[in-house]
Amino acid sequence: MSHDHDHPSYLQHHFDTPEQQFTSSKLGMWLFLATEVLMFGGLFCAYSVYRGNHPEIFMYAHQFLDTKLGAINTVVLLCSSLTMAWAVRAAQLGQKRLLPFMLILTLAGAFGFMGIKYIEYSSKFDHGLLWARAYEPHEEGHHGDDHGDGHEAGAADHGAAHDGGDDHGDADHNGAADHNGASDHNGDAAHEAAAGDHGGEQAEALPDGVLEILPSGLKVEKSTIAPPGSAPSGTVLTVSDDGHGEHHGPEPEKTKVFFSIYFLMTGLHGIHVLGGIVVIFWLLFKSLGGAFGPEYYTPVDLVGLYWHLVDLIWIFLFPLLYLIH
Amino acid sequence: MASSTDGKHVPHVVPLWILIGVLAILLILTWATVAVTSFDFGSNMNLVVAMVIAVIKAALVVMFFMHLVWDRPFNTVIFVSALAFVGLFIILALLDTGQYQPTMIPGYTAAGGVVP
Amino acid sequence: MSTPETKRGGLPHQPPGNTLGKENYLNASRGFLSWALTLDHKRIGLMYLVSILTAFLGGGLAALYVRTELIAPGQTLGDADMYNQAFTLHGAIMVFLFIIPGIPAALGNFVLPLLLGAKDVAFPRLNLASYWLWVCGAIFAVISLATGGVDTGWTFYTPYSSSTTTSVIPIVTGVFILGFSSIFTGLNFIVTTHKLRPKNMGWFNMPLVMWALYSTAIIQVLATPVLAITLLLLIAERAMGIGIFDPALGGDAVLFQHFFWFYSHPAVYIMILPAMGIISELIAVFSRKHIFGYTFIAYSSVAIAIFGFIVWGHHMFTSGQSDLLNMIFAALTFSVSIPSAIKIWNWLATLYKGSISWDTPMLYALSFIILFTIGGLTGLFLGMLAVDVFLHDTYFVVAHFHYVMFGGTVIAFLGGLFYWWPKMTGRMYSETSGRLSAALIFIGFNLTFFIQFILGSQGMPRRYFDYLPRYEFYHQVSTIGAYITALGFMVAAYSLAMSLVRGKLAPANPWGGNSLEWHTTSPPPLHNFEGEPRSDDPYDYGDWKWDDSVEGFVRKDAEATA
Repeated sequence: MSHDHDHPSYLQHHFDTPEQQFTSSKLGMWLFLATEVLMFGGLFCAYSVYRGNHPEIFMYAHQFLDTKLGAINTVVLLCSSLTMAWAVRAAQLGQKRLLPFMLILTLAGAFGFMGIKYIEYSSKFDHGLLWARAYEPHEEGHHGDDHGDGHEAGAADHGAAHDGGDDHGDADHNGAADHNGASDHNGDAAHEAAAGDHGGEQAEALPDGVLEILPSGLKVEKSTIAPPGSAPSGTVLTVSDDGHGEHHGPEPEKTKVFFSIYFLMTGLHGIHVLGGIVVIFWLLFKSLGGAFGPEYYTPVDLVGLYWHLVDLIWIFLFPLLYLIH
Repeated sequence: MASSTDGKHVPHVVPLWILIGVLAILLILTWATVAVTSFDFGSNMNLVVAMVIAVIKAALVVMFFMHLVWDRPFNTVIFVSALAFVGLFIILALLDTGQYQPTMIPGYTAAGGVVP
Repeated sequence: MSTPETKRGGLPHQPPGNTLGKENYLNASRGFLSWALTLDHKRIGLMYLVSILTAFLGGGLAALYVRTELIAPGQTLGDADMYNQAFTLHGAIMVFLFIIPGIPAALGNFVLPLLLGAKDVAFPRLNLASYWLWVCGAIFAVISLATGGVDTGWTFYTPYSSSTTTSVIPIVTGVFILGFSSIFTGLNFIVTTHKLRPKNMGWFNMPLVMWALYSTAIIQVLATPVLAITLLLLIAERAMGIGIFDPALGGDAVLFQHFFWFYSHPAVYIMILPAMGIISELIAVFSRKHIFGYTFIAYSSVAIAIFGFIVWGHHMFTSGQSDLLNMIFAALTFSVSIPSAIKIWNWLATLYKGSISWDTPMLYALSFIILFTIGGLTGLFLGMLAVDVFLHDTYFVVAHFHYVMFGGTVIAFLGGLFYWWPKMTGRMYSETSGRLSAALIFIGFNLTFFIQFILGSQGMPRRYFDYLPRYEFYHQVSTIGAYITALGFMVAAYSLAMSLVRGKLAPANPWGGNSLEWHTTSPPPLHNFEGEPRSDDPYDYGDWKWDDSVEGFVRKDAEATA
């Protein structure tokens, strides 16, 4: 490769030099990584808010996650990060056989990670440990019969076959307030009822607790806020250390939100791993055609940065979700 | 990135021993973060320890695998400001939710009713 | 965007520097695909322009529907559901499809590389992707409309948005996609500004509109991802019931507002900052005076971008946010007024003793200063905790918002559009109709919205379908104003459309500006400049003199006019 004079083939017309093009691409990639950080930042914010205000649900629910699998996945991802960095090095040094090899190793890591993730997810599905609306914990998988595939119902058609909600489902014309006193599991059904029936006319029906709506739009309300001293149970809780270790201790309220957060964070991360698999495959094909060398290896470098970011996020997800003490 | 005067791009190659060394430290730290969960430092301290380890691991990945130490300083500025804005977001949201948490009505629905 | 192309080699009465009929970016290649797959920032800018103006028309019609409905109490045109959908549509279209991409993606795309003397933006393919993502987002908005519309308001607050039966998911998906369109534009602009400046153009030799676009891009990159995750969570909330935001499932509805406003407050500055940049250009060029306080205006753009991130809670004073945060955010909110005021004073100082010409862009620029000042000052009322409790969710907020977004951004957008129109198309519009449009919009706008301050302070809540008879007069005045504004827009559209048919051919530099876009031909060639552009102080107008035979400005050393 000695034709690095004015305009090599990889140099786009609006750049003057390869160096300018390379540093521009790098800058663009770092900006993209910044957007990724902020996007995941939203989920970390949701995590912090719930962990900060309801630590007990994290204490309780993390026990249902498999630390061993999480740790193995961490190791897998870290190793694939190394092979990716090594691939960049191979491209820089023009090692044209080592580069595809390292990319294949990286891909192996990515598939390994997703495989383990699949095992974890299926176990959660088997136990009904799903996001809030579909959350129905039960022992080993007999979910087909009387439980009516709660998670699928929750995900697809809004709670059509929601178990436990049947007897309350008829009451929905009377407003959600009728569900006072029902057991925990009916929270979902009542929500469906409220959502389905009120639609656009909520402003007309006086909500429970509102005495009157003035012409100005101000509502005169009965105090819907619990008086001090009778704070609703479950909102102000102290953490008891002895809750840890008992596998099936009393389940704190809002435990289901933990699984929402778990699935959101690991799910979005998983989607990024899948995206990484796609682009690494693309790199692999390009590298087999000998597209990359010491003069031009920008795509390898940029995909590498992306892949390390995916690793980086997992480095935080692992202790935050699996290693709660 | 080393840049040359004639605009040609000269890559900075990370020595292999650094890459493998970093991976070794990362694996050790992963073991450590799992191992320390069996000790009780008091409930918040465990989180702090786990986060300190995670930050060290993340820093190693960013600095060496993503070769930010050899890169243009402005890229570091971008990355650090992204983290700073996430921090700002989390801190203010946490501060607020912690304040109003006791006034929340459990199971409040859009229709105005309360589900226990 | 079809420009009449007659025979190659020039048109009759063609001033030097005009390339219609000769080689330029408009005729460099032909056919639908040469536009749809173009990597040329100027063509992408024009496609954006046509698209966002279409969206603006849609949003404007929704606004007229809302105003017409409100001309009398009770039902006038349609039922309350229809009204709710109309104002939601108006808000969502105007914010996400028009104002946010408006100045950066349409005008900015066209002028940013020209201002830098660059051949293109740093990532032309990403730029094209950004445009097509915009189109995808717009399609989703249309799907949402076709599947029953949305009635949540453009803010999509939970728990209503997670429980209403209207089609929230399509429009939220659309906005999610539009977010990526916006991120790509911002990312591109930051890299272009850093990497593609000419060697002799330092940061402080850039035109101020560049500083504004750069600051905007910072916000687009840092804030928009949070909108993306917010909307993803909202989609998940509706589709799966994740219970992060829905109280019925154990979630926290106020948290949604934190998420939403962490993006959407900075987004307000995505909308207004580039407008301020355009005004900095217009004021200086049409006063024929060096801009006053260059460094202050430049830094104030960056300061607004940063401050914009720490004030989002002022949207939540009455929605359950804690007292502590209310006080923190109220105090921080006032900090934003400092850089905004710096800009206003510097513009006024630039005008002082300038030799002002009353061309259409300048009329828009002066409108901007008046309207933005009113909008900004009424913002202080709303930032004040005690006052906000009374004014929140009334028409006072509506009026304030429109004074800033419409009186600010849209007016500046029009000013910029008239200013760069000769550069884009190579044709001059008629000053008479241009000035008439500026006057009509100014009058109509004030009639529509000034009275809403009074309406709001008397207690009329926003977003209401019906109202008490005592508000009727105010609503009628406001509606009449809306129609006058619409008339003004029609005149503006007529003025620009007619220029394409029978406008005079534009010289290279009709206004006497010295930023680099005026150093090239109108319209510019495919690669923007013949040879290396010479950059110097963009606000030093001494090198240019009016030439009657050209009907434009030419360089005193004459050799630079191609």
